[in-house]
Amino acid sequence: MRKLLWNWPVWLGFLFSLLAFTSYSLVFARFPATRNVPWVNFLLFGVSAAFLFFGLKRMLGGAQSVLGKMVSSILIFLSITIFWVFCFVIFHATKQLPASTGAPKIGQNAPEFALRDTRENLVSLAALLSTPLDLSNPSRGAPEGVLLIFYRGYW
Amino acid sequence: MTTFNGLGIRLVAISVDAPDVSAELCRKAGYTYTFLSDPNAEVIRRYDLLHLGGGVNGQDIARPAEFLLDSSGVVRWVNLTEDFRIRATPEEMFKAAKALR
Repeated sequence: MRKLLWNWPVWLGFLFSLLAFTSYSLVFARFPATRNVPWVNFLLFGVSAAFLFFGLKRMLGGAQSVLGKMVSSILIFLSITIFWVFCFVIFHATKQLPASTGAPKIGQNAPEFALRDTRENLVSLAALLSTPLDLSNPSRGAPEGVLLIFYRGYW
Repeated sequence: MTTFNGLGIRLVAISVDAPDVSAELCRKAGYTYTFLSDPNAEVIRRYDLLHLGGGVNGQDIARPAEFLLDSSGVVRWVNLTEDFRIRATPEEMFKAAKALR
């Protein structure tokens, strides 16, 4: 029997691990239901693992040529590395935030500030609190509140 | 966004991004609320939200945080995430805003 060069389950397993990794930031991180616990991505990694296991069995069963075995081994190693990096990011890297113990607490006054908006106008917190929300209908008066959203930036 | 407007809540986003970067983001994403630029992270420091070297190129940036202030500027709700993947959802913020009234 001619020995196989291609071990398709290993390739499928590798492609699924790539898909599992890249689809998080591209798709699933956008929705809280799939972002907070990345279950879809772990499911895809599970599919990847199943293919890799099947492919590994084929490889060890002696169905593959030497070159084929080398390629399969590299692909399995890469897939495991991708999974490891994904776990590192999800369970460790994104949690490396400073403690922020001095942030304003409930019941405290928010510290005053003045910063430039997108039109380069200097805007103070006092102005944000007092300027009517709807300038075309000033009778609605000042806002009921202000939601300050600090974010990491667009880079 | 419009729903927050309906509650009389002004949304204000703050980051270290320059005004033109935020303007580009607003244009692309269609955001209409206020974006403020804190390039030297002065206000971010004042709120103790500095993530030293947290940017992709090691810039000092803000850790994600949300504060709901009432009309007198008093903090009524706050969310300080421990994982920057996981921020307050619009629904959570909307609930907090409704509770303010």
